[in-house]
Amino acid sequence: MTLGVALVAVLVIAVAAGLCARNRAKRLRGGGARLNSLPNYHALYVGLWAALPALLFLAAWAPVQSGLVEQAVLASPAGQQLPDFEMARETILSEARDIATGAIEAGFNPESTALAPIYSEASAKFAAIGGGIAILIALAGGFLALRRLGVEFRARSGVERWMLGLLLGASLIAILTTLGIVLSLLFESLRFFNLVSPTEFLFGTTWSPQTAIRADQAGSSGAFGSIPLFWGTAFIGAIIAMIVAIPLGLMCAIFLTQYAPHGLRAWLKPILEILAGVPTVVYGYFAALTVAPLVRDFGIAIGISSASSESALAAGLVMGIMIIPFVSSMADDSIAAVPQAMRDGSLALGATKSETIKKVLLPAALPGVVGGVLLAVSRAIGETMIVVMAAGLAANMTINPFESVTTVTTQIVQLLTGDQEFDSAKTLAAFALGLLLFLITLVLNLIALSVVRKYREAYE
Amino acid sequence: MIDTIVPIPTDTAEPVADERAAKMSARNVHVYYGNKEALKGVGIDIHDDRVTAFIGPSGCGKSTFLRCLNRMNDTIPGARVTGEIELDGEDIYASKMDVVQLRARVGMVFQKPNPFPKSIYENVAYGPRIHGLASGKAELDNIVEKSLKRAGLWDEAKDRLQESGTALSGGQQQRLCIARAIAVDPEVILMDEPCSALDPIATAKIEELIHELRGRYAIAIVTHNMQQAARVSQRTAFFHLGELIEYGRTKDIFTNPREQRTQDYITGRYG
Ligand SMILES: Nc1ncnc2c1ncn2[C@@H]1O[C@H](COP(=O)(O)OP(=O)(O)OP(=O)(O)O)[C@@H](O)[C@H]1O
Ligand SMILES: [Mg+2]
Repeated sequence: MTLGVALVAVLVIAVAAGLCARNRAKRLRGGGARLNSLPNYHALYVGLWAALPALLFLAAWAPVQSGLVEQAVLASPAGQQLPDFEMARETILSEARDIATGAIEAGFNPESTALAPIYSEASAKFAAIGGGIAILIALAGGFLALRRLGVEFRARSGVERWMLGLLLGASLIAILTTLGIVLSLLFESLRFFNLVSPTEFLFGTTWSPQTAIRADQAGSSGAFGSIPLFWGTAFIGAIIAMIVAIPLGLMCAIFLTQYAPHGLRAWLKPILEILAGVPTVVYGYFAALTVAPLVRDFGIAIGISSASSESALAAGLVMGIMIIPFVSSMADDSIAAVPQAMRDGSLALGATKSETIKKVLLPAALPGVVGGVLLAVSRAIGETMIVVMAAGLAANMTINPFESVTTVTTQIVQLLTGDQEFDSAKTLAAFALGLLLFLITLVLNLIALSVVRKYREAYE
Repeated sequence: MIDTIVPIPTDTAEPVADERAAKMSARNVHVYYGNKEALKGVGIDIHDDRVTAFIGPSGCGKSTFLRCLNRMNDTIPGARVTGEIELDGEDIYASKMDVVQLRARVGMVFQKPNPFPKSIYENVAYGPRIHGLASGKAELDNIVEKSLKRAGLWDEAKDRLQESGTALSGGQQQRLCIARAIAVDPEVILMDEPCSALDPIATAKIEELIHELRGRYAIAIVTHNMQQAARVSQRTAFFHLGELIEYGRTKDIFTNPREQRTQDYITGRYG
């Protein structure tokens, strides 16, 4: 018996118990009693009690089982002969598993063929144990729930509690996943910091992660100072992109909320929102193929001989364009949230439209706008595709926008693509970079949200 | 649609006052919100040194008419005004009329106090600053002080000029808004239910203030409160369903209305 069979059995039991509950409730009602809950609620209540605990058990059992099976195989006489080297052992074991489940005919390693029967025997045994327990839980749950049925029984509130639990569980999954991501990043980063000191990583100004394979190779000592990467990220995402996005986004929002006739606004706003949904890789093409050559030629034309075709300016400009919808929609919201009475008050004093915007609307909307800009920055520095395609790889610390800089996300992609061992400093560095980037954007988001929230309260 | 301006009978007291030219005069004013006609040919004169009250059941077009007088209806998408409204004999809807200038001459106080989220000082200085009425800090201080004094807020506010205007009480906020309107030195002040968000004591203060301001400005006030109209105004206009039903001396309207509908409304038989 596999766990799949147990799963089906549990579901069958739940349905049967539910039907049974409904019949019983109907009979009670047929006897003239006025039930607290409809028969269907009774059915749902009993069905949930039969199914959910057993399913939860199965979900928890599956990973436990594979561990137990592995242990059993290793403990067997044939298993004890396996090599000590972890990777070789793992390979043989996984081949044995594939043979046992029929996924492959024979393994590359001869040992695996001998292990396969042991493997299938052990997994059948543990599946029987787990499946049996699950079925027992389902039966017990259904039985206990059935016993509680009666005229007075409030199945509706019971179902309500299950629903609450279900919804709570669903929202916890998102949060727990985030937590899991952080923990796994943290774990890999700690391994990295075993190899490279945190001070070097945080404050070093040289980035050249190419560690040599042989000690006598040139550049054998990789340098992992992340400052140039974060400088490049900030230069492109927080400086150049924002110089583009803040004024354009703001003006866009002002036009949309204050000047555009109703019909035009109904057209323009959705178009802007579509802009926000364009896959970033498309922007990447645009940056690399169209904007970058123009920027380089312009740089050379104004006499900057070092103008690169992977300039910070090209990537930053396109990223700024990409961010415009974010800035403008946040600014739009916060300008629209300023009460109409403020606008009227100013206009009634004889202020022009633009005076009203400058002196009343924008100051009142400023916190919301700042929040929007911070969110936009945190999105810009985490953005990957545009910079991978348009920014360079050289870790320069330059303030010349025509030169090439590299960014954190570009380097992460570099470090993780291609054939890499998973425990070299070079690969692990990607996780440390990811963690640091995550922390920075987290802080930016927290600040932005608190600014926005504080401001919302001001007008309520 | 006939022009519903009603001549003021001259057989009662104060005959002289009405012979002066009106400060503002409206003739045959129609207002449309989209296809809906909210005002159906209204004509009224508003005089200096006098408070004109607009009364009538909810939705009859009082605010709409008031907002025509300083062209605030321009800010409502889809609103359209026809007819003639003159300020000192000048057509305010003429294309050569500068709306910004007009609104400086015809100030407005709203139903809900709407101070800017700035300091008390900045609230009052706002208008003078944009119109360049003061040539220096001292002069601006002077205007602010004078306006707050006229609005009866100086004693309460003089020690907290830098505090936010929104931190004042509702009644104080409304007086701040009046001070803000006065600061640009208008000729006419329009008030749309200025006391409806206030308690009786704050209301009494505003009414007192309206009395004092009467000597300097032409004032038009919308109110739902019959006693208030009777107390503060010299002229009363009764609106019903977008039409001006009756316009005359407040005394006459309240003691001896010519129209049955006015009578019914004043005595509370409908509203
Ligand atoms: N912005 C607008 N768009 C469309 N219709 C409007 C608008 N403002 C007012 N109206 C309509 O015009 C008519 C007159 O409205 P107005 O606000 O002038 O009434 P009011 O006499 O001031 O009422 P209240 O005493 O309730 O303030 C109403 O029927 C109203 O529905
Ligand atoms: Mg009104």
